[in-house]
Amino acid sequence: MVRGSLSFDVAHLLAGSLVLVSFMQLYQDRLYALLNIYALHALVLAASVAWQAFVQDAPHLYLTAIIALVFKAIIIPTALHRIIVRLGIHREIETVVGVGPAMLLGMGLVALSMVVMLRVTAEADPLAREDLAFALSVVLLGLLMMVTRRNAVSQVVGFMSLENGLVLAATGAKGMPLVVEISVAFSVLIAFIVIGIFLFRIRERFDTVDVQALDRFRGERR
Amino acid sequence: MIDALTGVLIIPAVAAGLLAILPGYRLTARLNVFATLLTFLTAVSLFVVEPRSGSYLLVDDLNKVFIVLTTFVGFTTSVFSASYIGHEIEIGRLTPTSVRFYHAMYQALMFAMNLALVANNIGLMWVAIEMATLTTVLMVGIYRTHEALEAAWKYFILGSVGIALALFGTILVYMAARPVIGEGLEAMVWTVLVQHAAKFDPALLNVSFVFLLLGYGTKVGLAPLHAWLPDAHAEGPTPISAVLSGLLLNVALYALLRFKILLALNPAAIAPGPLMVILGLISCLFAAFMLYRRRDIKRMFAYSSIEHMGIIVFAFGMGGALANFAGLLHMTMHSLTKSAIFFAVGHIAQVKGTQKIADMGGLTVTNPVLGWGLVLGVVAIAGLPPLGIFMSEFLVVSSTFARAPWLAVILALGILVALGGLFLRLNTIAFGPPRGLTAKAEASYVPMFAHLALVFTAGIYMPQALVKGFENVARLLG
Repeated sequence: MVRGSLSFDVAHLLAGSLVLVSFMQLYQDRLYALLNIYALHALVLAASVAWQAFVQDAPHLYLTAIIALVFKAIIIPTALHRIIVRLGIHREIETVVGVGPAMLLGMGLVALSMVVMLRVTAEADPLAREDLAFALSVVLLGLLMMVTRRNAVSQVVGFMSLENGLVLAATGAKGMPLVVEISVAFSVLIAFIVIGIFLFRIRERFDTVDVQALDRFRGERR
Repeated sequence: MIDALTGVLIIPAVAAGLLAILPGYRLTARLNVFATLLTFLTAVSLFVVEPRSGSYLLVDDLNKVFIVLTTFVGFTTSVFSASYIGHEIEIGRLTPTSVRFYHAMYQALMFAMNLALVANNIGLMWVAIEMATLTTVLMVGIYRTHEALEAAWKYFILGSVGIALALFGTILVYMAARPVIGEGLEAMVWTVLVQHAAKFDPALLNVSFVFLLLGYGTKVGLAPLHAWLPDAHAEGPTPISAVLSGLLLNVALYALLRFKILLALNPAAIAPGPLMVILGLISCLFAAFMLYRRRDIKRMFAYSSIEHMGIIVFAFGMGGALANFAGLLHMTMHSLTKSAIFFAVGHIAQVKGTQKIADMGGLTVTNPVLGWGLVLGVVAIAGLPPLGIFMSEFLVVSSTFARAPWLAVILALGILVALGGLFLRLNTIAFGPPRGLTAKAEASYVPMFAHLALVFTAGIYMPQALVKGFENVARLLG
């Protein structure tokens, strides 16, 4: 694939959009809006993976794209929507770090991943290296979101967008065997575990999904 | 085609399925013991007939040691677990349904750990370690108390982040291998990677190792990334604490060692050793000082695990035949001793009805067997002669002293500080006037004393075959 060709530009555009959507997640302080943006995140990922499948002529990647589309963009956000309504926390507003600092930190992380990845992959083909740089940005932004939120639902969303970054990296690495399918299967498993067990049990025991409430029960501060 | 290699995977997988359906904890506990025994025997047979390695599964001198250790401690823990769980059902902390779930998860964990150890594919290895993490998350949260849920949540979040970083590192290794080996499955097969490692792009390998070290290092419990470990140990059922400390940390370490070998083969890549040495030293010192303020008995031994993992990672980071040998020996001794301590602690916590150190006292008077078992275990873990850990710690420190005296001094300081912390608490728990509830323990002492006997024997006499085997592996580790 040559720099400047259509296939390169589209792949670049989609991967770049994923980073942009990650940024949008950072400043959502309402859970509904956050879930909608997450659905968009998964949608962009699905488009990006499908494009990779087309460009690399790797039909099995279409499967990954479909899973991203159906499961991550539709089923999970819908289910989380319902949970939020059931728990009655849809009006809650939460941020630990303010929007400004979070965005600045995010920009710093993206700059970091660009510097690191572009420097070390000088010899790799241009698409792969920029894809990796974007993927690392998405992963780091997902991490940032997990540490700047204290609501269990938004932490899970942070984790899932981190996982999206990993899928982007894995599909960008041309001809990578086995792992795409398995990692997707595992993200499904994780989502199930989180939704099914933790949220309901946390609710059942604490009457809140605010992870800060959990901190009160820390092992030794009794 | 079923050989010993697939056997160590099939037996726990089948057992997990059976235990998920069968009712009655007496039967299932026995079945659990039987399955782990069978797995252990199959693992031992690897030394007799070595099966052929394929592109998915691999057996070599390095993982044979790990597999046998894992399946052995898995077996003895299941024996301990049978009596522990019996008591938990009696006092109503666990319901028959959750016990069924617990047993199935126990076997699933054994399966995942064995898969991580025999996997020849770095992607498969990652999947196995993720699976092991998920099963332990579920087991840590099994009591459904506030603390257990918080511990499970913390473990889940931190564990997943670590696992995610490790996957990114794995993808980078593939990216480095692809131009040399070509696209497809081959570029993720460890044995193929090793053959071509010298030609990989060193810059990519360097970055990948940083991710792998942070990722799998989280699972090893290295110091800045250890936050999940004490909670997960303290709040889950004690057999799981024993398996976590004794085995799962080792499995993550094993993954790290595989990648260290890969990096060492590339002359242009950074030396992985110094990074591991630094992290190991930080863990050892940090955990040693943290031991002094612990009020929860299981938490205290969790910190002691961080300290020992630090020493082990330090030893492997130093590298060279002697330090690697010492690291391997220390890992084995730590697994055996720490699980023995948790066996004792589990019964002690059941007798006392609490895990708080302040509510325990004079155990050697009220429950002599249990109390002296714990004393023996702590003496062993603190590294007093003539037990096995003394041997291995002595080897680590002395081999370092010849090459980097200052590092050896810092490490020795950490070990001594930890010794002080452990004995300070042991004094309150085991001696002095009896405090807290007293009851007769309905315990199975066999696993605990079997482990301690092994550690004691290793301290005074090591069979020649074992030394030869460990030397072989140490050479393999470079």
